[in-house]
Amino acid sequence: MPTVLKKIISAILTILIVSCLVFLAFSIIPGDPAVAKLGTQATPEKLAALRASMGLDKSVPERFLTWILGVLHGDFGKSYSYSMPVTSLIKDKIPLTLMLTVYSFILMIVLSVVLAVYAAWHENSLIDKILQILNQVIMSIPPFFGGILITLFFGLGLKLFTPGGYVSYHVNFGRFMGYMFFPALAIALPKSAMAFNLLYTSLVEEGKKDYARTAFSRGNKTKDVFYKHLLKNACIPVITFLGMALADMVAGSIVIEQVFGIPGLGRILLTSIQNRDYPVVEAIIVIIAVLVVVSNLLVDILYRVVDPRTRS
Amino acid sequence: MANNLLHVEDLNIEFHDHIIPETVVYDFDLDMTEGEIVGLVGESGSGKSMSALAIAGLLSRHDMRKRGKIEFGDTDVLTCPREKLRSLQGNEISMIFQEPMTSLNPVKKIGWQVEETMRIHTDKTAEERRARALEVLSHVGLEDAERVYNSYPHQLSGGMRQRVMIAAAMAITPRLLIADEPTTALDVTVQAQIVDLLKHINKKHNTSILFISHDLSLVRSLCSRVLVMKGGYVVEKGPVEEVFNHPVEEYTKKLIAAIPKVEL
Repeated sequence: MPTVLKKIISAILTILIVSCLVFLAFSIIPGDPAVAKLGTQATPEKLAALRASMGLDKSVPERFLTWILGVLHGDFGKSYSYSMPVTSLIKDKIPLTLMLTVYSFILMIVLSVVLAVYAAWHENSLIDKILQILNQVIMSIPPFFGGILITLFFGLGLKLFTPGGYVSYHVNFGRFMGYMFFPALAIALPKSAMAFNLLYTSLVEEGKKDYARTAFSRGNKTKDVFYKHLLKNACIPVITFLGMALADMVAGSIVIEQVFGIPGLGRILLTSIQNRDYPVVEAIIVIIAVLVVVSNLLVDILYRVVDPRTRS
Repeated sequence: MANNLLHVEDLNIEFHDHIIPETVVYDFDLDMTEGEIVGLVGESGSGKSMSALAIAGLLSRHDMRKRGKIEFGDTDVLTCPREKLRSLQGNEISMIFQEPMTSLNPVKKIGWQVEETMRIHTDKTAEERRARALEVLSHVGLEDAERVYNSYPHQLSGGMRQRVMIAAAMAITPRLLIADEPTTALDVTVQAQIVDLLKHINKKHNTSILFISHDLSLVRSLCSRVLVMKGGYVVEKGPVEEVFNHPVEEYTKKLIAAIPKVEL
């Protein structure tokens, strides 16, 4: 499949360009990592020595070359403030953020599909109308605020989980998933509302098409008409949104980790920005870029899987 | 004497989606016997498709009112529970539609769609279903049934898709086949082939066919009896040759006069 190959090549190029821009941006913006580490009272000699040890005395292109070659080998350099390789610093945190993202994504799909099918099936019913209104409200709640509401309601009110009581998946996977459900819900809810909206409209449209009538004429149950016939067709216009949502959810995870006290990439990203710990920031941005590009690639592939008309 | 298959009496269909209800079918009566081909003609909007959909149990919108009787065997299609109706649909009553381009699900393989009625109504195994699907696909005149089986609708021509629709309708031999303008969207040569196919199916399986069309020459070549509809009313009915040779109603005369004559 040459088209898929083309997509993969363009994805790799995108990641390279993003890496390049990220590195350049951090070379241009004001602020000196050496000063950030030693403080403003440090002597010029000490600063110069530290810069040399950080490799900051070399020219930008030279530093970029060393950095990018390292990145290609999975080596993001050394953290300025933690004095340890960036890779070992973020290695344990990537799966956490990734899991949170995937968890939210799955929640979003389950929520939006089940509710959209229900609402489209019972079009104009009371529950349909309630869902439509609820949808508008939820769509306008940003994840961090949703996270606070969820903590308040499910955590402090219903005591379904202990706010701040994060359990590592190394310790207890079940309790880890139980705890993560709530931040994942906070991320998933506004996106589910949007996906619901798109999918609902699309399902109602598909339901008016001739093949839906054919499906009924063969004696299908209404449930099967929706799940076996309409859903796959109705998904096609929603797939693009799913790709964007997935990328957005990576960013959403980083924010929500703060609210729920999850030691993922989010926390280290924020402290690293404050400390001008560029290697860490660069590494995380590159990782996010990779995730975004990969999710776009997945969307392209998903299109081909779902819609046979885009193949051949 | 052939058995009575379908008895429709005083069927009225009203739409209630406007402030003033709109009746689209008035006092529709129809009796069909086993193995009979009946034509239903009239211009678009005459109520012929609505009547057909009602007989197939496909008018279930909440803003519609249906009165009268549609008896298929000993089941009243209008009043029986949905489960009972479902057990008839695709099993004893099958339907083919006007638009072969859009009547098939665009994202499902042909084989899957042809096998659907068997999945719903029979206990056939996957291999049996596949064998039967390939069999009906070749019966409806599709060469290389294997390839069609693995194709998607967009990979087939209009005529082929209508054959697929007929194959799907015949996968379980129905007692009544409702063909709602099955040839309208097709080329003239393909139209004749589809009509021949319907004739063949009727002879071979003794399946009754309700053939809906505005093409009177097709109706004449296929049907034994004909009903002419206008504005929701059946204005004329009778044996095909009688209606064609001695039309009583002015409207029927006009319709017959509108058949293009081939002059050599």
